[in-house]
Amino acid sequence: MSHAADKPVLRARGLRKEYGKGEGLVRAVDDIDIDIRAGETVAVMGPSGCGKSTLLHMLGGLDRPSAGEVLVNDHRVDQIGERALARLRRTDIGFVFQSFHLLDELTAVENVELAALLAGRPPRAARRRAEALLADVGLTGRESFLPSSLSGGQRQRVAVARALINEPAIVLADEPTGNLDSASTLDVLRLFEALHESGQTLLIVTHDERIAATTDRMISMRDGSFVDETVLTADTTGQLRVFAGPEA
Amino acid sequence: MGRMLLVSRLAMRDLRRRRAEAALLLLCVLAATTTLTLALVLHDAASDPYQRTRAITKGPDVVATGPLSRLETLSGASGVAGHSGPFPVTAAKLRTSSSKTSDVQAVGRDSNAATVDQPLLTDGAWAGPNGVVLEAAFARALDVGVGDQVTLAGRSFSVTGVAITASSAPYPGSLCLVPRGCVTGSTEGAPAGVLRNPGLVWLTRADVMSVAQKADNQFAVLNLKLADPDGAQAFIDANGGRGPRALPMHPWQNILGDATELAHDSQILLFIGTWLLALLAVASLSVLVGGRMADQTRRVGLLKAVGATPGLVAAVLVAEYVMVAVSAAGGGLAIGTFTAPLLTGSSAGLIGGAGTPSVTLPTIVWVITAALAVAVIATAAPAVRAARSSTVDALADAPRPPRRMRRLTAVSSRLPIPLLLALRLAVRRPRRVLLGIAIVLITVSGIYVLLILNTYLGTQELSGGYGAAQVEVLRHVLLVWSVILLSLAAVNTIAITWATVLDNRHASALVRALGATPAQMTTALVGAQVLPALLGAVLGVFPGGPVLFHLINAIAGGAGDRATLPTPWQATALIAAVLVVVAALTAVPARVGGRRPVTETL
Repeated sequence: MSHAADKPVLRARGLRKEYGKGEGLVRAVDDIDIDIRAGETVAVMGPSGCGKSTLLHMLGGLDRPSAGEVLVNDHRVDQIGERALARLRRTDIGFVFQSFHLLDELTAVENVELAALLAGRPPRAARRRAEALLADVGLTGRESFLPSSLSGGQRQRVAVARALINEPAIVLADEPTGNLDSASTLDVLRLFEALHESGQTLLIVTHDERIAATTDRMISMRDGSFVDETVLTADTTGQLRVFAGPEA
Repeated sequence: MGRMLLVSRLAMRDLRRRRAEAALLLLCVLAATTTLTLALVLHDAASDPYQRTRAITKGPDVVATGPLSRLETLSGASGVAGHSGPFPVTAAKLRTSSSKTSDVQAVGRDSNAATVDQPLLTDGAWAGPNGVVLEAAFARALDVGVGDQVTLAGRSFSVTGVAITASSAPYPGSLCLVPRGCVTGSTEGAPAGVLRNPGLVWLTRADVMSVAQKADNQFAVLNLKLADPDGAQAFIDANGGRGPRALPMHPWQNILGDATELAHDSQILLFIGTWLLALLAVASLSVLVGGRMADQTRRVGLLKAVGATPGLVAAVLVAEYVMVAVSAAGGGLAIGTFTAPLLTGSSAGLIGGAGTPSVTLPTIVWVITAALAVAVIATAAPAVRAARSSTVDALADAPRPPRRMRRLTAVSSRLPIPLLLALRLAVRRPRRVLLGIAIVLITVSGIYVLLILNTYLGTQELSGGYGAAQVEVLRHVLLVWSVILLSLAAVNTIAITWATVLDNRHASALVRALGATPAQMTTALVGAQVLPALLGAVLGVFPGGPVLFHLINAIAGGAGDRATLPTPWQATALIAAVLVVVAALTAVPARVGGRRPVTETL
């Protein structure tokens, strides 16, 4: 692995998020350190309410930490202004949400290209890139479908395409299969494995072990803290095949 | 009973929970009910006080002026049921102790009470030798009271009383009784020798003769009571003569018209204002209710989940607005009643005029009914929709699907980011956009007409029959109209923006997560209001304003061709000002919406 590849794309130190004060103080995230290198796929696992999503929001600049620091490509992001944070989300970070969060009135391709338009890409270029990404995620012919006409898995694939459109340094996925049935979950698992293989840096918050099995590293979280970390070797990673069959 | 208690308790609790929204609702309906009250009170002021004055002062059916000899003959004409006079009348110049001067018509009366036209003293005593009684509106205009000294034709008199009469319209619309003629309202260009806005005073016969000028010698006024008061004009046609020898006679219906002209004009302005405000109130309620419904979806789901029927849910929602409407109606009645004296200046010389505007039972019923109607009309549809919605969807707080406008979405992708977002936010709720356009259209049309009327009143030449005091009263009416119209429009604009913020919080949060800055989001939310406002303002300037102005002229019988319409640059400035104001008003709610933390919503 090259020196550049060893360099963390995302790095956090002493990250903490507190709500309330005095006796009512709750530490949703408590003193977390994490490094994610380029091309690496990391899963954070844990039960509901352990602080996974809060951690993801802070790492992605959607929420500000109570203490600690977050660096994306060596730039501190926990202290920058809203405008700079927005720029960061536009260019360096892609989000995939559990509830897809597609705009109901926009077609699949319009949803995907929206992030590119926000980043200032010319409309035609944004449309071409969106169509190409939809093809990559297996939605050729569904470009003009509204979200209401797509299945859960298809919606999540649109959301993944949207997350990738600005070629972000890292994609943060929050329970990407949490709202999906088994068949759709499998679709999305395949997609994430493909992303992993293509070298896309990924941080996935999940309690789905099948997703975690596709990653390079699996971190367990409980009560706001990391309690365990497992590096998955070639023997253990790629377990998707066990679930998806040889063709996957 | 238990069901009613439950409905009222749930409604009260929800109002308390959302106090700011409840206050906005109250303000909207209050504005409309206040204007309606003013219009109805002025409607009464435009007829009732004169009729009451006429009854109490034994008002004449016909007032005739002319040479003494001819009037004596007239008093015995067929159809005359009673008369008083002829009384000598003369023109004079009155000067107060504070050096105010005015033309007056002095009528010489007997000390004993007349059977027709006995002016009613509102203060002091009837005129004796060297004493003078002033018509009430005239006394008020000169700021003269009982005990003050005035001079008439250079002779000193003591003011012994102030009285009201139905034989003449109150000052400055007094009936002209002298042969040299009178001018009321604007006196510019009036021929020399005529009386300018003369007041009416009563003296003894001897005192009138002592101050009488040569031109008025042997001139008198006769008050007639007819067997058929409604046939006053027919009596005049039959007995007045024709050509230069025609005897000046005035039927009581004309005096009524003169006495209540200003109140009538004020009333027309306010009635039109009321209609505009009622439309604005319905629009604001629809916006506010729509916004609240978006926020209440889950509450509706909870109510239904615990067993509330669709009817009960609808009843709870409607009850909230009915409570607000009833409170607003009470407030509107109170404010309207206390404000009315500002607008009834012309009726100071009548019973039940300024200071004592009468709020009748029909007025109360009308105002409460109108407030309830506005509330029910605005809330019925959303309440029924909420009540009929799926319980599961409501519990999941599923938003109403937004509208898709394919062409606008495609066009917007070529626009700068804030405009792209603004257009897409706006078109998600086309009905709200239409309401926004309607609100600005109504407001700008109203302002357009106000500009015309203000210019009309400010131009001495065009003010025609209005004197300075009358112009002041009408300006008060315009001011009341402007304040209420602009306040309600401002409340509406803020309410629409807030409803847009609430309705789009998910989309806004998502777009922020995808990289839009808070400033872009704020600009987009402002833009989503400014774009419809631009269309509304342009339509308000044309055709809205001119159409409304012609409507007012058609109702009031005014001469629209004499009006000065706003110039193109004034119209452009009006549109620009509206856009700036809309942007400023929406900035705060838009900023709150644009900066709302993303993670709270996603």
